[in-house]
Amino acid sequence: MKKLSSYILHYWYAYLFAIVCLLLQVGLDMLAPQVTRRIVDDVIGEGAVDLLMPLLLTIFLIGVGRCVFGYTKEFTFDYVGAKIGMNMRRNLFRHIQKLSINYFDNTNTGELMSRVKDDIDNIWSAVGFIGMLILEVIFHTVIVIYCMLHISVKLAVMPLVMMPFVALLAILMEKKLDKVYEEISDENAKLNTVAQENLAGVRTVKAFARERHEITKFLSHNKRYYELNMRQSKVFIRYQPLVQFITRLLPIFVIIYGGYLKIQGEISLGELAAFTEYANNIIWPMEMLGWLSNSFASAVASNKKLKKIYNEKTMITEKEDPVVLPEVSGRVTFDHVSFGLDGKEILKDISFDLPAGRTIGIMGATGSGKSSIITLLQRFYDVGEGEIRLDGVPIRDLTLRQLRKSISPVMQDVFLFSDTINSNVKLGKRASTHNDLVRRALERAQAKDFIENMEEQYETQIGERGVGLSGGQKQRISMARAFAKKSPILVLDDSTSALDMETEHQIQENLLGFEGTTKIVIAHRISAVRHADEIIVLQDGGIAERGTHEELLEIKGLYYDTYMAQYGETLAQLNVQGA
Amino acid sequence: MAVNTVREDETLKTAGKTVTLLRLFRYLLSYRKMIAFVIFIMLLTVGISLINPLIIERAINVNIKNNDIEGLLKLGAAALVMNVAMILLIKLRMYLMARMSNDVLVKIRNELYEHIQTLSFSFFDSRPTGKILARIIGDVNSLKDVLSNSVTTLIPDFITVCAVVLIMAVKNWKLALAAMSSLPLMIIGVLIVQTKSHARWQIHRKKSSNLNAFIHEDVSGMRVIQSFSAEDETEETFDELLSEHCGSFVNACRFADAFGPVVDFCWGLGTLCMYYVGVKMLGTQAAPVGTLMAFGTYISMFWNPIMNLSNFYNQLITNIAGAERIFEILDTQPEIADRDGVAELPEVRGEVEFKNVSFAYDKDTQVLNNVSFQIRPGETIALVGPTGAGKTTIVNLISRFYDVTGGAVYIDGHDIREVSIESLRQQMGIMTQENFLFSGTIKDNIRYGRLDATDEEIMEAAKMVNAHEFIMKMEKGYDTELKERGAGLSIGQRQLLAFARTMLSMPKILILDEATSSIDTHTERLVQKGIDALLAGRTSFVIAHRLSTIQKADRIFVIDKGGIVEQGSAKELIEKKGAYYELYMAQFKEVA
Repeated sequence: MKKLSSYILHYWYAYLFAIVCLLLQVGLDMLAPQVTRRIVDDVIGEGAVDLLMPLLLTIFLIGVGRCVFGYTKEFTFDYVGAKIGMNMRRNLFRHIQKLSINYFDNTNTGELMSRVKDDIDNIWSAVGFIGMLILEVIFHTVIVIYCMLHISVKLAVMPLVMMPFVALLAILMEKKLDKVYEEISDENAKLNTVAQENLAGVRTVKAFARERHEITKFLSHNKRYYELNMRQSKVFIRYQPLVQFITRLLPIFVIIYGGYLKIQGEISLGELAAFTEYANNIIWPMEMLGWLSNSFASAVASNKKLKKIYNEKTMITEKEDPVVLPEVSGRVTFDHVSFGLDGKEILKDISFDLPAGRTIGIMGATGSGKSSIITLLQRFYDVGEGEIRLDGVPIRDLTLRQLRKSISPVMQDVFLFSDTINSNVKLGKRASTHNDLVRRALERAQAKDFIENMEEQYETQIGERGVGLSGGQKQRISMARAFAKKSPILVLDDSTSALDMETEHQIQENLLGFEGTTKIVIAHRISAVRHADEIIVLQDGGIAERGTHEELLEIKGLYYDTYMAQYGETLAQLNVQGA
Repeated sequence: MAVNTVREDETLKTAGKTVTLLRLFRYLLSYRKMIAFVIFIMLLTVGISLINPLIIERAINVNIKNNDIEGLLKLGAAALVMNVAMILLIKLRMYLMARMSNDVLVKIRNELYEHIQTLSFSFFDSRPTGKILARIIGDVNSLKDVLSNSVTTLIPDFITVCAVVLIMAVKNWKLALAAMSSLPLMIIGVLIVQTKSHARWQIHRKKSSNLNAFIHEDVSGMRVIQSFSAEDETEETFDELLSEHCGSFVNACRFADAFGPVVDFCWGLGTLCMYYVGVKMLGTQAAPVGTLMAFGTYISMFWNPIMNLSNFYNQLITNIAGAERIFEILDTQPEIADRDGVAELPEVRGEVEFKNVSFAYDKDTQVLNNVSFQIRPGETIALVGPTGAGKTTIVNLISRFYDVTGGAVYIDGHDIREVSIESLRQQMGIMTQENFLFSGTIKDNIRYGRLDATDEEIMEAAKMVNAHEFIMKMEKGYDTELKERGAGLSIGQRQLLAFARTMLSMPKILILDEATSSIDTHTERLVQKGIDALLAGRTSFVIAHRLSTIQKADRIFVIDKGGIVEQGSAKELIEKKGAYYELYMAQFKEVA
């Protein structure tokens, strides 16, 4: 993780520029009273009326200058803050995208969203306007203290003694708030998660008419969020008025001690008056300190949350000197592969050798581990035992990029992006995929007709996750997306479950046309796997049966049972009709 | 239906700034007493802080002059006591304000959330989830400071300004006019700045919402992104959105940052005018130094609160864009809502009737055209037909996810628009392809079907749909925590859990829309057996593509071209050699 300071230092010149503007503004501030004094003393007091216009003009110019510098300073800080926020967000996003799937499986979307969005916003405001105020406070204090020391070193001891107390209070408060803000940040993430889940599952919520239950769930988190915010307020209320108290007492102590010094004849009355003025001037920067440490605490807490994400190690790592295949032909070998997750055994001793251009069919009951085979092949998780090879090279030795580029998956859980159909199909090859290829792919996936019936055809915007399309339509677009990727290996994971018979049949025919492509077909329907070169039937994570369609029918096992369940009645009826 | 995508800005219907503001302030109305009390406290504290200078004056003029150390100490003690009192008052004020602003925030967020729950699918379908989330979380949070500042700044500063104007006018109205002469200029300047900056803050909020939506989508679709090695592309898109987001902020600041300087400038101008008038028009004799000096003080007493007010106004303009986005949702009327005084649907027997039902999602595309049918209680109806023919639409109309555009749907003779949605849907069991599981334990997920179900009933339901076995294989059984959307389970297992959930709700009418598509044939049979046993005699609708799933239905409706083209039992339809026969033969092609 890049340190926050390095993000800031990157813009040191802009900060320098802003500081120069700030100094000029403060300088002009100091100048203005001098001019006013001359108007009072010279023009009114001495009657030098001809001096009036030049003096007024000076005041005017000073005003203009102050505005220009003030604006420039403020805008520069805003600008730099925005840029720093942007850079932080960009880097965080890049880091998150590199994390492995198990991280996303275990982290709620809503939480990640609030990290990338709200937590960085907190830091952003800290490096922007808080940064500006801190500098103003420092400059102001230094100047005032300098002036005080100039008048009387003895009297200046008072603010100098007081300031560490104020600073201590600010630090103590920061420490306490830091913890509260961490909890607030977490609760914000939870609020986001609950709302996100509710919105994503809105169909289920409505189907069960569970709106009230959902509201109660949200309310309890919202209440907790409220309580935490109140806790933050209470901590703040405990310290901030104390800071105010100390700073307000300063002028009074100055007068008493100063009065004593005056009575002792150590300082003049004029000096005391001036000193009191300065003491009044130091009040706002000191009070500001409390507010600043509040915002600072919020930024620190958010930064800690980001650190946690940055410290997340990717489970799937690439070898230091990976093998790069000049060309992938598509041979897939599973060599005694076993795999478990969360203490649960999922795959046991799976072996098969799929030569390039051939097809393997995988069947098996729900939860028997079919999809895990694909997950392992794509290296979203690493095998427990055994080895998976692509073209004879262990996939651990390849770059993730080359490995994943070699596989076109059609996943069971279709995910489409809210974008045009065209861009969805082009995913991953946005720049190099020609529109003709998109059309061909959609045609092969039997999607061309319904798309061309839409008003905007290939440029039709689809909703999030493909909302607005039927299940079958989504599956066909996701299939076209895989076709357009043109990888040597095509994976079809239960990819035709929502299609009607006719369409599915067409697609099966079209698939036969993908010569030279290695195909891994997971299916529940016999029709999807019957043409495969080898079919394996999984049971409880192990291979229970293997062979061709005919061989498996012969042995009259699980595959045969499925066949009979799907076609038995049809066959019987056909026989009846035939007879 | 126009779909808003991640990258597009939302179109926003707003009521105008003033209306939005008044509406926001209306939330404060219920805290009238508290606000009055806070203002009272503030007056006290202001009073005390005005005494502080007097103490100092007295110390200098009396005690120090007379070398009276004892008096000096006494004065100090008095000041100490006063300031302690003031700190206590400040604490009280801060606490009350914190409570009020947090209260209102909770209230607005709850109201927003509750309202969103009543909205129809078209609302959710037409925009990315991330954008709705942005409103619930970010936009509501953005109102926090505005709310408390509107009490602590707006009212006291306004009072101060009025008081100072009064004092100045009484002392010397000519000088007062001169001092305030730049006020109109300031108002014009501030108005110009705020109009520009308001429009830009609106854009910024939209960009921020786009960013949120993109992050949401990206994180949800990470597996696809990594599968397709599309990280470079998403990074590119993210960078674009990011620079738009950052750029819109900077653009807004370009104007918003001018607020302070404009006021500052007019302040200077006012001072200038005052001295000019003082010296030129009144002459050095008519305007005594003392008065001018006093006016100098008053001018800063006048402009300081104005500066605060304009800062507050600036903040208001910045954040009002968030309020507008919240109110826009609150003003969105649900398309499907209970009519006033609807009755509860009595326990359903299961008679369903479509009378001349027509339906269109939008004006141009008619999905159903004058469909009529009658279902007897306990019948199982299978709906078949090509994708997009309207099968899902029919079941959506029964559960009133959409309202018919023509004709009516009756359940047990009740027009479903005449009964409450909750009483209707609670008696229906709807299973779709998308089975959303919530994070939480398996037990809680099944219990979603009936919130007061016992653990035994939950287990019973799971056994019925053949889910018990795989659940027990998990380390913690029914107490296993599910990950988001059920990640970690196979799709088939997710379907089984969703099945158990639906079974537990003991629906009077069951709708299975491709509910078993990801379950293997063997398990599907077992599930079917469980359903049959549990829901014997209940009306059910089944949409499926596998003919083996639908053959047992009492009647099969073949849906195509916006209507029912064929109906009858499987046997009748095969003999008829029509559309169903063709579907059937497609399967035959595979077998042979």
